[in-house]
Amino acid sequence: MHVVIVGAGEVGTSIAASLASDHEVVVVDVDPDRAEQLKYELDVLTIAGDGTTTGIQTAANVDEADMIIACTDDDRTNLVTCGTAKTLGDGFTIARVKSTEYLRTWEGNEGAFGVDFMVCTDLLTAQNIVRVIGLPAAIDVDPFASGLVQMAEFEIAAESPVAGQTVSEADRFESLTFVGLFRDGEMIIPRGDTDIGAGDRAVVIGSPESVQSFANDVAPETTPDRADEIVIVGGSEIGYQTARLLEEREFTPRLIERDADRARTLAEDLPNTIVMEHDATDTEFLSREHVDEADIVVTALRSDEKNLLVSVLAKRMGVDRVIAVVDSPDYVTVFEEIGIDIAINPRTVTAEEITRFTYESIAENIAVLENDQAEVLELELTEGCRFAGRSIAELVEEIDVRFVIGAITRNHALVTPRGDTVLEPGDHVILLVDSDSVSEIASMA
Amino acid sequence: MSWGVNWKASVGLLGVGIKYLAVTMLVPLAVAVAYGEDVWVFLVSMALVAAIGLTVERVDRDPDLGPREALLFVSLAWLAAALIGTIPYLLAGYGTASTVAEPVNALFESMSGFTTTGATVLGEISTDRHSHALLMWRQLTQWLGGMGIIVLMIAILPEVAVNGAQLMESEAPGPELQKLTPRIAETARALWLIYFGFTVVYIAILYGLHLLGMAPNMGLYNAVAHGFTTLPTGGFSPEADSIAAFSAAVQWVVIPFMVVAGVNFALFWHVLRGEAELMLENAEFRVYAGALAVVTAVLAVLLFRGAAPPIELGGATEGVTENSLRQAAFQIGSLLNSTGYATADFAQWNTDAQILLMFAMFIGGSAGSTGGGVKIVRWIIVAKTIRRELFTTAHPDVVQPVRLNGSVVDEDAIRGIMVFTLLYLLLFALSAVFIALDTARIGIQLSVLESTSASLATIGNIGPGFGRLGPFGNYEFFSNASKLLMVFLMWVGRLEIVPVLAVFISAIDGR
Repeated sequence: MHVVIVGAGEVGTSIAASLASDHEVVVVDVDPDRAEQLKYELDVLTIAGDGTTTGIQTAANVDEADMIIACTDDDRTNLVTCGTAKTLGDGFTIARVKSTEYLRTWEGNEGAFGVDFMVCTDLLTAQNIVRVIGLPAAIDVDPFASGLVQMAEFEIAAESPVAGQTVSEADRFESLTFVGLFRDGEMIIPRGDTDIGAGDRAVVIGSPESVQSFANDVAPETTPDRADEIVIVGGSEIGYQTARLLEEREFTPRLIERDADRARTLAEDLPNTIVMEHDATDTEFLSREHVDEADIVVTALRSDEKNLLVSVLAKRMGVDRVIAVVDSPDYVTVFEEIGIDIAINPRTVTAEEITRFTYESIAENIAVLENDQAEVLELELTEGCRFAGRSIAELVEEIDVRFVIGAITRNHALVTPRGDTVLEPGDHVILLVDSDSVSEIASMA
Repeated sequence: MSWGVNWKASVGLLGVGIKYLAVTMLVPLAVAVAYGEDVWVFLVSMALVAAIGLTVERVDRDPDLGPREALLFVSLAWLAAALIGTIPYLLAGYGTASTVAEPVNALFESMSGFTTTGATVLGEISTDRHSHALLMWRQLTQWLGGMGIIVLMIAILPEVAVNGAQLMESEAPGPELQKLTPRIAETARALWLIYFGFTVVYIAILYGLHLLGMAPNMGLYNAVAHGFTTLPTGGFSPEADSIAAFSAAVQWVVIPFMVVAGVNFALFWHVLRGEAELMLENAEFRVYAGALAVVTAVLAVLLFRGAAPPIELGGATEGVTENSLRQAAFQIGSLLNSTGYATADFAQWNTDAQILLMFAMFIGGSAGSTGGGVKIVRWIIVAKTIRRELFTTAHPDVVQPVRLNGSVVDEDAIRGIMVFTLLYLLLFALSAVFIALDTARIGIQLSVLESTSASLATIGNIGPGFGRLGPFGNYEFFSNASKLLMVFLMWVGRLEIVPVLAVFISAIDGR
């Protein structure tokens, strides 16, 4: 594959490093020194110049590229880069953005700005934080369909209330589907009357909210519930998105922001969050508001030093779990060595997401389960494919392969699959399938 | 004497409005012709009003209103309408023993009409004493005042529509103006059309009941007359016994229409456009419906247990389920949103039932309805603000916006609402004291309930009070000073105090 990466910051460099061994990579950066330096660090071609211009893009052979990744620190530069690339060739364009507004626009009209795939750094980081907060009991969690759908795998402990129930008893949630059950390493396609035993591993697919609720059923001890105190320190975009996603999962977090105007804006946008306007490094304030009794503290301030300070303070006050956003990848290990439970770096998260995307074939998103016994695929149905126009019951009847449809998204909205649900072209179908039959199923879409 | 206001512009525009008020007198004129009554009263009135309008119009032929001029114009428009409205009363009463031949009484009756209050000084209400035409004029003033005379002017007069938004803001009941369409004139037209539509349907139903024989007294005249005063939450009736003069079927029909009159008319516009959920999800509508249901239920229980003595009008309610429920629903539907009709003389009820009615009077209709009072949306915001204040006292760092229907209420708007509510209560209390003292001066001792209800019923544009001011009572015995104060209260009550007082304050403070 010929891949052009525009922007040689931490994200771009990290992506280039992981792609360089298998692909032909060209990196473009405005800073000539940076371009020069990278030439020796990685086995890639580097070009110094403005990646948004036709001239530089032509020099980087964008017209023949299979993939263009725009990952500078500036949203508009990235969007223009993708737009320019589309005028030159037909490569798959990926843009990194910070603003969720651009993401909303793009989601509303895929292909907007000439972008084929958009990665929103702050939202992605917030989704990561919320996953870490919400599903500590899950063995594996993967987002599908831009976060609309989640797949999660849980091990059913002996003391779990779900152990001993049948699948239909355990699956009380409207938008959740049981797609697989692993018992002693063997995959079972679950039916309504299948018993769930201790030690089984259950794979569910559904809306993030329903997965959260299910986690609560499976492991009520470790999964935070609505009554748990979650405190977010710092009203940055990441802090805001984290609070918003937690609200969606029916938590009522508290958010501390020092700036009066920003605090007011946040309070207006977050109806179920208690917003406080104060400096979070003030220990007197933290003890007055009983932050020490919080179950989880997330630090999302704009500076790493402040995050470190608040995280250490929170840990010393006796907070159970502290999750810190760390802007500089070098500090991640430092944070974790000091005793902060989890340090999340937005750039690493972004680079991982883009890399993961490039590894997988373009239209699919894959999660591999249980030593490659089964895979979860996301397929986009094309016009006239085997799935389109058929109901799920008909498909199960006709196709002689072990597979279960876990979720469908249509126009960025979740459709709960039922036997009589008819699939349409353009639908994203998230399904679990036997590893042996992956290519067979994938070819039908 | 500039006051920092270009008063000529306001007055000039006033002339335009007055001119058209002459046209509305065609209605009573037609009634006079139909009943073979003296047509001269209204012919002369029309000529007089038209002449006044054309003269005043000349003060400024091309009026251009700024914010202060708009406030002045709106305030003056209502005062002018009330003054103009006295002309037929004075002409018809001239040389007779009619109470409204007194200028102060005529002004009281006219202001009570336009502001949809429904308090009356008319000595004996009957078509034997007054012409059908004059009583119809009395009804018509309420219908014109209901949706707002300014809104009507914006809807039909292009020269007023230019400054429409500002004008409507000052006149519309409730804390803020809701624009339904980009053009204010279309919004005004939509509101008047809905209002007109409800009125037509209502008249048709009332008259239909009559034709079916279920409402012997509800002839065409009465159907139209009550059609003019129900939707505007007015309360005038050409019958001395108000709605008690009609059958139970009529009373049941009147209740839902009174309830409708207290709803924000913009919501009906949404319903017509197929967005009924906007109405059902509206916080104010829910509280309005809830308040009606709860207060009605409590009152029905009180009546059922014997809060009302068996009286001639309204009948016995103790132990009579249908009647106690109907009396409760009717009185609450009438008083909660400031209509002021009655089917029973609640002035004779027990104190517990009367206090409950008085509580209902404090609530008021919805913003954007034709009802008076503090308005439900303001109470909701006051309650939420108080709750926030208590919460932030314990947690001083918490930032908590006040939300209504899912969106944030601006802090300036909250301040305005708190000031309005306080001002309303203050004016109410001070006026009650003044009325009590002034009435004692002329040798009449008012009870606490009478003096407070006199103040509340006028500032809230409700109409009837308690005791002597009960639904079949009369405001005539007050001194002229008290009557003029009540005229002022009705005026500022209809315009929600602030525009009128803002004009006064700018007159005193402004240069």
